[in-house]
Amino acid sequence: MSIAEVFAKARAEDRAVLVGCMPAGFPTVEDSIASMIAMHEAGCDVIEVELPYSDPVMDGPVIQRASDIALSRGVRTGDTLRIIEAVAGTGAPVVLMTYWNPVEKYGVNAFARDLSAAGATGMITPDLIPDEAAEWIAAADEHRLDRTFLVSPSSTDDRLAMTVAHCRGFVYATALMGVTGARTSVSSQAPELVDRVRHTNPDMPVGVGLGVGTGAQAAEVAGFADGVIVGSALIRQVLEAPDRATGLSRLRTLSAELAEGVRNPVK
Amino acid sequence: MSAPSLPDLSGHFGRYGGRFVPEALVRALDELDAAYRSAKADPAFRARFDDLLVNYAGVPSLLYRAERLSEKLGAEILLKREDLNHTGAHKVRNVLGQALLAKRMGKPRVIAETGAGQHGVASATAAALLDLECVVYMGETDTERQALNVARMRMLGATVVPVTNGSRTLKDALNEALRDWVASVDTTHYLLGTAAGPHPFPEIVRDFVGGIGVEAREQCLAMLGRLPDAVAACVGGGSNAIGIFHAFVPDESVQLYGFEAGGDGVDTGRHAASITGGSSGVLHGARTYVLQDEDGQTVESHSISAGLDYPGVGPEHAWLHDTGRAEYEPVTDDEAMAAFQLLCRTEGIIPAIESAHALAGVARIAPLLRAELGRTPTIVVNLSGRGDKDVHTAGAYFGILDPVEALVPGENA
Repeated sequence: MSIAEVFAKARAEDRAVLVGCMPAGFPTVEDSIASMIAMHEAGCDVIEVELPYSDPVMDGPVIQRASDIALSRGVRTGDTLRIIEAVAGTGAPVVLMTYWNPVEKYGVNAFARDLSAAGATGMITPDLIPDEAAEWIAAADEHRLDRTFLVSPSSTDDRLAMTVAHCRGFVYATALMGVTGARTSVSSQAPELVDRVRHTNPDMPVGVGLGVGTGAQAAEVAGFADGVIVGSALIRQVLEAPDRATGLSRLRTLSAELAEGVRNPVK
Repeated sequence: MSAPSLPDLSGHFGRYGGRFVPEALVRALDELDAAYRSAKADPAFRARFDDLLVNYAGVPSLLYRAERLSEKLGAEILLKREDLNHTGAHKVRNVLGQALLAKRMGKPRVIAETGAGQHGVASATAAALLDLECVVYMGETDTERQALNVARMRMLGATVVPVTNGSRTLKDALNEALRDWVASVDTTHYLLGTAAGPHPFPEIVRDFVGGIGVEAREQCLAMLGRLPDAVAACVGGGSNAIGIFHAFVPDESVQLYGFEAGGDGVDTGRHAASITGGSSGVLHGARTYVLQDEDGQTVESHSISAGLDYPGVGPEHAWLHDTGRAEYEPVTDDEAMAAFQLLCRTEGIIPAIESAHALAGVARIAPLLRAELGRTPTIVVNLSGRGDKDVHTAGAYFGILDPVEALVPGENA
């Protein structure tokens, strides 16, 4: 299913899409595949695979730690592509989130080709703004991949319009000025940002990320956004579990709670 | 050579530079760019900056003819004595400029990253002088190695935050400063320590330290009635080098040499020579030369000089390298330390180990230039910093610390 179809289906059901994020190769390649499949089975509509990177400046401590663990065990870009293939092969829609340098090093067109062949629907680029993205935009067109750029509460109206115009699939709205990581409350800046995006393009689905970690928060965000993106809170279930089975079980429980939340939007 | 007109409006030096940052920072970078252009056009800002440089920092620094060193190297060596500036390095120029810019933008707080602590100390100094709150991010490994600089920053009123992520060194401190900035841009200026990072930092830092080259050029003309044959500097992030190169870029008769930290040797993989031992990539907001593995993951750098121990380099150097306008060569730890000792013994000047890399490189190129020119070459060397901070490292390297002194806790433990 394409991302556009996932969002269309959720809209028809009057609910938001749940996007669950997990770093590739954390804590091992096989474990990360199992985590992602469990997340999908338990209610994550879309799996966001994060390519572990040595210098993840948009990420808070949880994702940094998980990425460090994956890298210290030797996970490679090729492993990430194989993980995507395994997860997408089960029928789960998969998007990749990656910092730019690993893509540039791989070769932008070759990466887009292999990402598409692995079955991903598109790519989220936290440190690539459309201003620098000419090569990626062309490669995404050639290999029919969605492009998700980020918008921020600090984005000017002009930049918001420009960025949304370059997105395909959905746009990632960073709910607050800060890095990834669960917060105790949903940012008050988020609804306004979503409204501003809708104003520039009412048809572009908006996913909101940064700071969402509970079913109640998911329900709150689902009240104003098309997608709810959860990363750190899910990853923490694995990071803090005493063993693998417990981690998977906690991951299913939280995914189900979040899935329940996006089905009960607080309007 | 069109260098003075670079970067272009979007911050590119050829294919290098630009902005590879989260969208959340773009507005702050645009505001910084606008504030900088308005400050640059404002005579009052320029006057205030010049006043602080002259009356506070001790600029212009001397251009000193090092006669005994010249004899040893077979070249006329002119040392640009940035080591004599307040806080002991060229860095004071950058921090004063950026702190004034922070004031102008109405931002009461500055943050900085630091490796060995020199930029942290300089930032804390400027923040104290201009009454700004100052937070310095420093890798935990470095806070332990550089306890005295941590104390200096605290004495000056700064908060030092040890960074425990990743390799716990300079690159991780930079990541953490960027994370702080994403969350605090409304009140905070990021006082970046070198001519790297996203646009407009490479340009702003270059311009604030660019006085080094302007002064050296004038001083050389006044002293010799002509330009030097070559200008040399060490290159880590590259601020002191771009500071002395920039004014000379249009002078095509002047050869520009940047000496990178070769550590144990570029072929060993343990080095910090991003240009000569790295490849094109994106790190910390700009496209430039980067030490990276086959997958584009940043590789840890190694150098005896903490100030050069960084896996990237400013984008303008990448461009100067590719266009051939400047040449970059690695200098090993051992070569740098030999030059360090040579300057101590011939001139009574203890240089920063960073600057010793430039001296070592000059020792290598002097005979080549002499052969090429058929006469004694004149070489201006940026003596970018003084070596007080390096006494423990150098003492340990040369084995001249008494056992008891070697056990004193503190610097470079």
